[in-house]
Amino acid sequence: MEFTCLSRGGCFYFPPCHMFEVCGFRIQFDCPMDFSALPIFSPVPLDFYVISDEELSTHPGNGSFNLENVSEEKIEKPLDVGSLIKAEPWYKIINNLRLWNPSFTDIVLISSPMGMLGLPFLTREKDFSAKIYATEATARLGKMMMDDLIAMHMEFKQFYGSEDDATPQWMKQEELELLHHALKEVAFGQDEADLGGWMPMYCAADVKDCMKKVETVRYGEEACYNGALVIKALSSGLEIGACNWTINGPKRNIAYISSSIFSSSNAMNFDYLALQEETIIYSDFSSVESMNDILNDTSGPLTDNLTALSSNEETLANLLSDPAESVGESEKLSFICSCAVQSVESGGSVLIPINRLGVTLQLLEQISASLDYSNLKVPIYLISSVAEELLAFANVIPEWLSKQRQQKLFSGEPMFAFVDLLKEKRLHVFPAVHSPNLLINWQEPCVVFCPHWSLRLGPVVHLLRRWCGDPSSLLVLEKGLDAELALLPFRPMSMKVLQCAFLSGIKLDKVRPLLKVLQPKVVMLPENLSRLINTNTESFTVFSYSEGETLRVPNLKDSLELEIAPDLAMSFCWRKLQQGNIDIARLKGELSLNCGKFKLLAENAHVATDQRPLIHWGQPDLKKLLNVLSKMGIEGSLQQSDAESSNVGVIRIHDPTEAVIEIQESRTIISVADKKLSARIFDAVDSVLDGV
Amino acid sequence: MTIDCLVLGAGQEVGKSCVVVTINGKRIMFDCGMHMGYLDHRRYPDFSRISASRDYNTVLSCVIITHFHLDHIGALPYFTEVCGYNGPIYMTYPTLALAPLMLEDYRKVMVDRRGEAEQFSNDHIMECMKKVIPVDLKQTIQVDEDLQIRAYYAGHVLGAAMFYAKVGDAAMVYTGDYNMTPDRHLGAAQIDRMQLDLLITESTYATTIRDSKYGREREFLKAVHNCVASGGKVLIPTFALGRAQELCILLDDYWERMNLKIPIYFSAGLTVQANMYYKMLISWTSQKVKETYTTRNAFDFKNVQKFDRSMIDAPGPCVLFATPGMISGGFSLEVFKRWAPSKLNLITLPGYCVAGTIGHKLMSGKPTKIDLDKDTQIDVQCQIHQLAFSPHTDSKGIMDLVKFLSPKHVILVHGEKPKMVTLKERIHSELGIPCHDPANNETVSISSTLSIKAESSSMFIQSCSTPNFKFLKRNLNDKINSKELSSKEGGTSSMFFRRRSNPHVKHLNRNLDEKFDSSLSCGPELEVSDDRVNEGILVMENGKKTKVVHQDELLLLLGEQEHEVRFANCSPIYFGSLDDTHVMDCISRKSLWLSQLSSKLSSELSDRNVQNFGEYLQVESFTLSICSKESCPYRTTNRIENESAAAFYCCSWLVADEVLAWQIISILEKHDLSST
Repeated sequence: MEFTCLSRGGCFYFPPCHMFEVCGFRIQFDCPMDFSALPIFSPVPLDFYVISDEELSTHPGNGSFNLENVSEEKIEKPLDVGSLIKAEPWYKIINNLRLWNPSFTDIVLISSPMGMLGLPFLTREKDFSAKIYATEATARLGKMMMDDLIAMHMEFKQFYGSEDDATPQWMKQEELELLHHALKEVAFGQDEADLGGWMPMYCAADVKDCMKKVETVRYGEEACYNGALVIKALSSGLEIGACNWTINGPKRNIAYISSSIFSSSNAMNFDYLALQEETIIYSDFSSVESMNDILNDTSGPLTDNLTALSSNEETLANLLSDPAESVGESEKLSFICSCAVQSVESGGSVLIPINRLGVTLQLLEQISASLDYSNLKVPIYLISSVAEELLAFANVIPEWLSKQRQQKLFSGEPMFAFVDLLKEKRLHVFPAVHSPNLLINWQEPCVVFCPHWSLRLGPVVHLLRRWCGDPSSLLVLEKGLDAELALLPFRPMSMKVLQCAFLSGIKLDKVRPLLKVLQPKVVMLPENLSRLINTNTESFTVFSYSEGETLRVPNLKDSLELEIAPDLAMSFCWRKLQQGNIDIARLKGELSLNCGKFKLLAENAHVATDQRPLIHWGQPDLKKLLNVLSKMGIEGSLQQSDAESSNVGVIRIHDPTEAVIEIQESRTIISVADKKLSARIFDAVDSVLDGV
Repeated sequence: MTIDCLVLGAGQEVGKSCVVVTINGKRIMFDCGMHMGYLDHRRYPDFSRISASRDYNTVLSCVIITHFHLDHIGALPYFTEVCGYNGPIYMTYPTLALAPLMLEDYRKVMVDRRGEAEQFSNDHIMECMKKVIPVDLKQTIQVDEDLQIRAYYAGHVLGAAMFYAKVGDAAMVYTGDYNMTPDRHLGAAQIDRMQLDLLITESTYATTIRDSKYGREREFLKAVHNCVASGGKVLIPTFALGRAQELCILLDDYWERMNLKIPIYFSAGLTVQANMYYKMLISWTSQKVKETYTTRNAFDFKNVQKFDRSMIDAPGPCVLFATPGMISGGFSLEVFKRWAPSKLNLITLPGYCVAGTIGHKLMSGKPTKIDLDKDTQIDVQCQIHQLAFSPHTDSKGIMDLVKFLSPKHVILVHGEKPKMVTLKERIHSELGIPCHDPANNETVSISSTLSIKAESSSMFIQSCSTPNFKFLKRNLNDKINSKELSSKEGGTSSMFFRRRSNPHVKHLNRNLDEKFDSSLSCGPELEVSDDRVNEGILVMENGKKTKVVHQDELLLLLGEQEHEVRFANCSPIYFGSLDDTHVMDCISRKSLWLSQLSSKLSSELSDRNVQNFGEYLQVESFTLSICSKESCPYRTTNRIENESAAAFYCCSWLVADEVLAWQIISILEKHDLSST
């Protein structure tokens, strides 16, 4: 088994990506899109006048300077809105992925809607033939996110006019030289080496084509790949439809743990007990990400209080399902709500560009409740090209939701509060900011949920331009986003900004208890994480991996499980060995591999004949052999040739015909002219030896 | 191992479905229904037969409910709350959502209207439902370490499922009720092909074969339209869930198409609430409904309104859906009493009515008077239309499913005895599958699969999966293979007793080499076959896991030395007494003879590969060389008449090629080469 981490990802919207080979199959985990470089582009400008004006001022290379002069003499200006690239943005895929020939990938496993945004780039490759597995809900949500992305990107296309496929102007070397160093760092990494992976946006046809290649599964459904691997998706709790995977092959049982949340308020909870497999690939980087900040302050190892972990199952289970986590999350949401209410009270509007379906659905509920409580009658808008579809979908998928939501179904209530909000006309859903209905209904102050979290795409850009100067309005952002850069085009900002980190994975202190519960034999941990948690005392072997390195994990067992069909088993001729406690039989059948299990079935054409042993071992006892022969009516005498060993010699047969049995150290030779007699002598020799 | 199947209900009848199956020690109850036709103890399955001590929790591993119809779930609250079963109960999401509605509706009819003593209360229903674990389709659920269950789509009603259960190697499917053809709001049953020991299937329409649904639908719509057009009222007694939605979609569509404005009513809040559930459970409906729900949810009926009791006697035409179906009581009976006397009105009846209900009485003949009880008599003048569509599969569907799954045994339940017997015979004669139709409280025992588990070495698996090419019918290339000669060990005996430790692989390699060498001379005549020979050796040691190894690994595993048993023979053979053989030296004479023998054998043994290695010939394990020894121990006759024209040939073989060896010897004996 070989494992290569292609990318450790970055945040909730950019999950990790791995490539891994097992049982001769190549499996890719997730195919996200890297939005980290998107902020170097300017959002869609308001009009052409602005762009041409700024173009002149920021491009000194236009006239008198030549390039060398610029780079030597120019003292870089501070980063401002003019530094951003004004062109149709390109997007990045995972750079390392380009080193792998997509035609050799057999399976792609998608763990979350975010993990499939880069998929159309992959599936439009000519030789791509892998089978893509995703849960039904992930596939639907992922498709909606891709559709929305295309719709939002369309705004750029319409503004800049459609470009031909040639490399865009901004990508030319001399243009890149002129780029502000801060932007270069964002786009090309610290050493500016990360040049590759830029892609123009895919189109609707690419998405449609991609979705045709996706095989959807339900939670707990066994999908059998090629008879050899049984693949199962199990809820991870991160988002509706998000999952972890188990892969069961004849040689190995693997569990892949992506970012997971133990108890989620919308999605079905993290089904960790189903992940008890021998090999675990741990791919939740969220704790490492969040640890990076804290690590600077604490010098001592964090693991001290964990070393005395009890192995009591119940305590472990309690520790894992600790409600503190979800309490913390709902406190965060309440805080956002109270801030929102404050803003609305002071006449400002609230803008929430968060693309997490779970958070959106919950905030919708809580904010509307808070507004009710404060007796504020302000409209809530949900603006996105797929908003209507999204809500309709969320209301028909009880099988993918948390226990609390399901309970609402069983007690005959709508599963989400938005159903009533829509009915009461407090929530309005529009496909875009310029929808005619929106213009008619628009009221301020209001609360708006809209994409895109990068603040470069979608309705958020227009609303932010409108409200950025209003000190009583509120913008809710997710932590992890470089707010400085993201807000650059909207300077000066008088608007309040609230940055909030939402739970997006397994917390560090739960990693060890989780592994303890799962009891694997081998665990693959991200390098940073394996340093943070003390695993020396554990019973499993840890392999730590880092980005771009290939890890080889040795096989755990040499033997494989084989099932023998009962009708075949009935036909065996058993033979007891001389030493007594071993029975042995020759078997012949048809080997089949189905659902990761080897089975030996009876051959149809095969007629069982009494087969004679083909292989012998041991030492024949000459006296015993003579005895056996005489019992069979074959008379002979021993002609001892070598006095040293009683087991070596020649037996001459006189009756019924002449024959010779030559017994040597490791071989016996029967020499008879008569066919029948030779067969009988063989039987006699066989009876004094072990054989099969 | 056996699978014991105790039929507690729906054995040779329809009603109170309940089958308790014991597979390899795990006991599962499939369905827990009640009988609509009885009011006494026969209403429920006789649970005491599962456990005399009534300790159901220890004897049952789980209860599985296939769908929300009362004859499949009606006894569940009684079983859990009154009989005290506390173990796991599995049903699909829609069943769990809709079952309480059905149960509560039934309880109300029983208690509030008929004034019967309460069998279970509303709290009982709620408590019972709390114990249920909802399952999704195709989700594999590990009930305990050994028992695995999985639901498959069954059509029939929303959320109906067939259940697969597996313990060890023994596996079975219980279908519940199913429909093999899609209808307006539900898809057709869908299941994977699996190895099954037992299939328990419903057989409601064991002998019926239905024609196209389209015609039957049109008939129904025509009847309804005619009635309302002439000012009549249409009563459609149905259960709140299932048929109601199906017919509603049908009528709503038709109303839209024909631009009809006559009101369609739903009798109670129940059906309205049920429609809300249907809207949320869209993913369990038919493909068409699923695809269109974002634009228009098929369960948002445009022409359907709520009905109020006061409207029973209101003038003018209307269509009314009223519960319960089969007019066994409740509101549908109330309306029936009022509407039946008018000739203008129409009553539609479902395809199947349980004996004892008014529906059943109306179906059998055309009564003009119906005795409700000893005091009440209803005058029946209205038209009666029997719905010819039913959400059950017909006999073709049953046969198709049985054929598709090809289980080792079939048990029929949920049907009428004479029809079941006919179907049983068909399954037995046409498909060759043993089939049973036990009556209630009978047990059927069948044997189950038990395959042997062994630990297999990678080498065995590899040897099974590597192609085992054979090159047949090729002319032997007499050219001496120099490679083989050089690698050969010296000495006469070693060439006799070449160890062929891995016959398959060596054989293959050698053939491939030769193929390369001689591809020019004999390429087109080469015939390649790939017979996978999956041979291995099973080793069973006391107290250890059974192992399967490749033959080559066996001795290593046992720690033994091989002792080869060979046959040998040395016989004279006569060659042509050509003059120039005298002149030739011994070695060249030998090689001439050998090549003569080689071509001889090649022509005789056309399907074998005869190889000439210069000093000896080889066919499989049979080796042959010219023996020049004075006295060979394997010689049976010592006389040779003409030294220059005859020689001894020494041959040796393994037992595997015994037949071949004697064949070659007889060829050589019979044929005097001097004559050619």
